[in-house]
Amino acid sequence: MAERGFRKQSTTAVSDSGLRAALDHFTGAFVRMRESAQDELPNWEEMRRCAHRIKAHTMTRLDDYLLQLESKLEAAGGQVLWARTAEEASAVIVDIAGRHGCKRAVKSKSMTSEEVHLNEALQRAGVTPVETDLGEYVAQLAQERPSHILAPIIHKTRQDVGRLLAEKLKIPYTEEVEEMTRIARSTLRRDFFSADLGISGANFAVAETGTLVIVENEGNARLSTSLPRVHVVLMGIEKLLPRFADLGLFLPLLTRAATGQKMSSYVSLITGPRQQDDGPDHLYVVLLDNGRSQMLADPLMRQALYCIRCSACINICPVYKRTGGHSYDSVYPGPIGSVISPFLMGRDSHSELPFASTLCGACAEVCPMRIPLPEQLLSLRRQAADRGRSNPHLGRALRMWSFLQRHPRLRGLVLAMARTVQRLPGSSALFSRLPLLGEWSSFRSLPSLSRPGAKR
Amino acid sequence: MRIALFPTCLVSHFRPRVADCAEAVLRRLGHQVTRMGEGSCCGQPAHSAGSPAEAGQVGRLWLGNDLNDADYVVIPSGSCTAMLRHHLQHYLAPQEQQRLDELRPRIYEFSEFLVDVLEVEDVGASRRGRGAYHASCHLLRDLGVRSAPLKLLQRVKGLELTPLEKYDECCGFGGVFSVLYPEVSEAMAADKIRNLQASRADMLILSDAGCLLQIEGALRKAHSKRPSVLHLAEVLAGRSEEAHG
Repeated sequence: MAERGFRKQSTTAVSDSGLRAALDHFTGAFVRMRESAQDELPNWEEMRRCAHRIKAHTMTRLDDYLLQLESKLEAAGGQVLWARTAEEASAVIVDIAGRHGCKRAVKSKSMTSEEVHLNEALQRAGVTPVETDLGEYVAQLAQERPSHILAPIIHKTRQDVGRLLAEKLKIPYTEEVEEMTRIARSTLRRDFFSADLGISGANFAVAETGTLVIVENEGNARLSTSLPRVHVVLMGIEKLLPRFADLGLFLPLLTRAATGQKMSSYVSLITGPRQQDDGPDHLYVVLLDNGRSQMLADPLMRQALYCIRCSACINICPVYKRTGGHSYDSVYPGPIGSVISPFLMGRDSHSELPFASTLCGACAEVCPMRIPLPEQLLSLRRQAADRGRSNPHLGRALRMWSFLQRHPRLRGLVLAMARTVQRLPGSSALFSRLPLLGEWSSFRSLPSLSRPGAKR
Repeated sequence: MRIALFPTCLVSHFRPRVADCAEAVLRRLGHQVTRMGEGSCCGQPAHSAGSPAEAGQVGRLWLGNDLNDADYVVIPSGSCTAMLRHHLQHYLAPQEQQRLDELRPRIYEFSEFLVDVLEVEDVGASRRGRGAYHASCHLLRDLGVRSAPLKLLQRVKGLELTPLEKYDECCGFGGVFSVLYPEVSEAMAADKIRNLQASRADMLILSDAGCLLQIEGALRKAHSKRPSVLHLAEVLAGRSEEAHG
């Protein structure tokens, strides 16, 4: 496994009591908000099943719907560009910026742009990107990656944020959230008015009408997509919905599962660039594959493309809750991240993530899209093991265990020896130096071996 | 009714009393009980490690166990029951499926069998003390058994059930996870133990040997003698006389 690896990073994370407390507090709050919002709706289960079917249908005809989206968008005056890889997506957007002479970009929150490392590409091309979502803004100031797909700085306390703002903006220290928000708001206001490029993602794209849908609470996405003269939308090809009417189901499903809101503060429906008074002169939509069509080809993995990025699985995950997002070394952490990162962020570099789960099943239970996350994790474990990328000690232990299961007399002998050794003084010191047994004994006592079937 | 009790490998090797207790409870209810596959395994570890070859080899062996004409297979583990009910089929050759298909509808987890098949909630158990219940993940979410263990525990004379904060959150065992990521596993066990201690229970009751080894192992390594960690079957087998008083 990789040097960095989940084990190393999570080990540091779990020993950080401040981080643990912040994660516990905020994920717990998200879980409670989701639970009460979904309990309000007696037909929540029916909504989940229905949404799952709509996405299943969409994925089987994704090529048709994408072409329909393209023609509707172009009819509305937008332009569609296709990107096979992360590098292509960044290059396409840098090219658009160059063509229009854009130098200052305001960005609303987009995990897809994190996925393709867009900010770095823009900077290299001399375009300054400013993150305008409050959490992303702070993450950018701290030169950190978001650690949660919805709450990018879930790992920070407000004191952390206060110190950061004081240092970076050269202002007096405050830890009052309202005051910090006011300060960020006034600096960002200047960025909105001076920007010549707006970059956003999209939560949904409606094939029927060519409408791009952005869900947010801060109003920064609306400003980013309407003030600058050029607007670029970067979205994965899985964001499609066939009909406009599907939003009636998907919007409440998303906001209730994400933040427990009946509806977010802002929902922007964008169909084409400026018609008369407001809006950008140019609208570009970059449709990104970057591993998604590989997922599409596999009926089990395809279901991860149904994800609406609500983060319900992340908030409920007992592993994420203790390790935080940075341990995953991916833009997408938690259960859904462990499933999609190997496809989107690199097969070999992220092959360990599917093992970083207890398979407790809490994620699948809460997923509004009913994505079978544990089954997908298991399938990815098999794929990683096939390619020789699982823990070598584990592979050897399993082969030995299977051999002993098939040879019961030898098994009896081995177990008898193990029982004898276990009774010797100092045996626990010996066991704690062995692979796997050592890991077990790190904080758990080894239970004493019994003789199966012995009369007691 | 004739019941074949599959102890599971963890119980056979580390906590045989769980199988003895499950057997005692079933006998007390008037059923014939035989053991099947003592010391053998259902293949779950290989399944969860992503090793289909070993999962198939071991699962196939399990299927070859003699049932002694039993009507049902009863297992004191939600995790192993889920393996046999939902997952083993993926590791077998087509000609081996028939045996599994024939068996599958007759395989039950212990508490599920008592409440749903035998329709018994009061098994005549008594045990004095304050117990907290931890819901094991696979029993709860793979099998969807939420209330059966609680229904059984509520009828145990002398037992006072006390709520456990986050009773349905994973204890951090997770099979191979427990040895691949011991640091995170430890953090999860520590939180479980903290909630357990806050509940002021003197026993933690659960239904899977994996969780039992995890939580008990962590408590003992820290030299905590209390609370005790018990499998549901161990509580249901209890007939302490003083509890009747």
